[in-house]
Amino acid sequence: MPQSNVQSVPETPNAVDMAGVTFGYDRTRPVLKGIDMIIPRGKVVAIMGGSGCGKTTLLRLIGGQLRAQSGQVLVDGQEVSKLDRDGLFALRRKIGMLFQFGALFTDLSVFENVAFPIREHTTLPDTLIHDLVVMKLHAVGLRGAASLRPAELSGGMARRVALARAVALDPMLVLYDEPFAGLDPISLGVVGQLIRKLNDALGSTSVVVTHDIYESLKIVDYLYFVSDGRIIAQGNPDEVRQSTDPFVRQFVDGEPDGPVPFHYPARPYAEEFTSRVA
Amino acid sequence: MSLSTIAGGLRRIGAGTRQAISRIGFAARFFVAVILHTPAAIRRIQLTLREVYFAGVLSLVVIMVSGLFVGMVLGLQGFDTLNRYGAGDSLGIFVGLSLVRELGPVVAGLLFASRAGSAITAEIGLMKTTEQLSAMEMMAVDPLARIIAPRFWGGVISMPLLAALFSVTGVFGAYLVGVRLIGVDNGTFWGNMQAGIDFWPDVTNGIIKSFVFGIAVSLIAVFEGFDAKPTAEGVSSATTRTVVGGSLAILALDFVLTVFMFRGVGE
Amino acid sequence: MKRSTIDLWVGIFVTIGFGAIVFLALKVGNLTSLNAAPSYRLEARFDNIGGLKLRAPVKAAGVVVGRVAAVRLDPKTYEAIVALNVDNGYEFSKDTIASILTSGLLGEVYIGLNAGGDPQMLASGEQIAKTQSAIVLEKLISQFMFDKASSGVSK
Repeated sequence: MPQSNVQSVPETPNAVDMAGVTFGYDRTRPVLKGIDMIIPRGKVVAIMGGSGCGKTTLLRLIGGQLRAQSGQVLVDGQEVSKLDRDGLFALRRKIGMLFQFGALFTDLSVFENVAFPIREHTTLPDTLIHDLVVMKLHAVGLRGAASLRPAELSGGMARRVALARAVALDPMLVLYDEPFAGLDPISLGVVGQLIRKLNDALGSTSVVVTHDIYESLKIVDYLYFVSDGRIIAQGNPDEVRQSTDPFVRQFVDGEPDGPVPFHYPARPYAEEFTSRVA
Repeated sequence: MSLSTIAGGLRRIGAGTRQAISRIGFAARFFVAVILHTPAAIRRIQLTLREVYFAGVLSLVVIMVSGLFVGMVLGLQGFDTLNRYGAGDSLGIFVGLSLVRELGPVVAGLLFASRAGSAITAEIGLMKTTEQLSAMEMMAVDPLARIIAPRFWGGVISMPLLAALFSVTGVFGAYLVGVRLIGVDNGTFWGNMQAGIDFWPDVTNGIIKSFVFGIAVSLIAVFEGFDAKPTAEGVSSATTRTVVGGSLAILALDFVLTVFMFRGVGE
Repeated sequence: MKRSTIDLWVGIFVTIGFGAIVFLALKVGNLTSLNAAPSYRLEARFDNIGGLKLRAPVKAAGVVVGRVAAVRLDPKTYEAIVALNVDNGYEFSKDTIASILTSGLLGEVYIGLNAGGDPQMLASGEQIAKTQSAIVLEKLISQFMFDKASSGVSK
């Protein structure tokens, strides 16, 4: 049995601890410029910000798909960038992730999709796997859809199946990438409630990356606001609702113009009509 | 043309070359990784068999119908030309050699690249676009082992079988045209063919060729899918590159292999 | 698509695929007549081997009894030395004639063995004494022209 980096560490109070993290896909243009973030165990934390501000990048850093260029990323007390392949795989077994739009495996049925992580990481007999899958599908309300294919599901249903798959192994940390994107109001409510209830029932920690402020304020314990690669505001739902920070206000109130400008940078308007340059 | 335009053009050529070389390097490392994941593909034999179905069985109709038509045309054209030199009786050996040595592996390979190769690239590219590969990675399942390697081996196993089937249906098509339609003597047709074609080197070299083509096309197909840009255009251009690249690779490898294999012929 | 259906089709595919390869080997190629049979070696020298190739058949009375194993040039006498593998079942007399013949007009070139009356047989490694080289078309034509010309002159 190969030695992995997974030691039995006494439980740290924080599921995720990021300090001074910088990262850029292109070395010259950093997407994240010094992030300090703490995700305490058992809490549901939202990361909010405009499109392209680096929220999904943060999730990928936590999951070890990307390596920070500076700073520390501690997950469950372990520094992610120092893990070897076995250590990384062991860590990922403790993390569940819900991808944007579900990312269900299109060639497998709903049942097989949820069973996938169980089959890959355990040697449980089929009867036990069946029971586990049925329980998870029941928790998200889709037990009756077990034999359908992903192509036959609506957006909201696909998202819920992906949720069931993400929690199939009762992970210690669940990451959600835009779970509310593109859903109807009923599904929004359902998904929001499921995130909260599953988190509390499994005793896990949840990180929700989203721009849906309304749904987030209903279910999360804490929020971080990211803009231009930095955390510019944070607080619990009450603090956020009463915040006077202009960026937070623009976000919460949904104002089209404010710290995040409406107009994409361009020449003065009058010039478009007076000069002839294309 | 100003100096800066020339300099800009040269700079782009340089950057493009550097990009192409680093892409080749990445592709080479990818190829090695796929080969190294073979034990995983053997352990998950069901996955590999499934891919043999999708790559091989679903190509059967195209291959066999094309083989039939190619064989019939060979029969017609071949007889027409051979008859001028009074060598109409050699139709069997002409058709047999053409198919077994060249047309079988090459044409079957080209058809395979277009049908199965493009399907594999599109499928993997789409999985990348919808983040299925990422999801698998995050679930600590290596997509190279579970998705890529089985598809690669499915293609490699299917190719030689498809090429052989192409040659057989081709011979049959030529038989239909030559013996049944034109009237070449049945015994002469088969007899001359058997006398002129040797298992070694003709048939075996044909099999080796189709095996090599299978490796080339399958590698290109899985690589382009894996490397595709995760957008609709990205997948579409990756699919095109598989068909074009795979076809050119087959033709180039065919030349190289033919030179090595049939160098001694005619001495 | 159920597992068992896929397995069935894959099985059918692989079976007919291998069947095609076997068919090519036997019916199209000539695997059955492949000489795995034990053989012995004879040598023969020719002035001109014409289009004789390696592994060309060696026939006696039209029946294939062996294959050409090697061809090389004697650097001193400038003769072609051909090594033949003859199947163990056949023996040829010491005065056998080896000729280079063509089957048909455009056919392949082969070596024909014509056994003589000598009671002693050729053993492995021995040389066939009497040989007849290939008929080279140019020489034949020039011979014909010469004959024609000389017969015309003598008239």
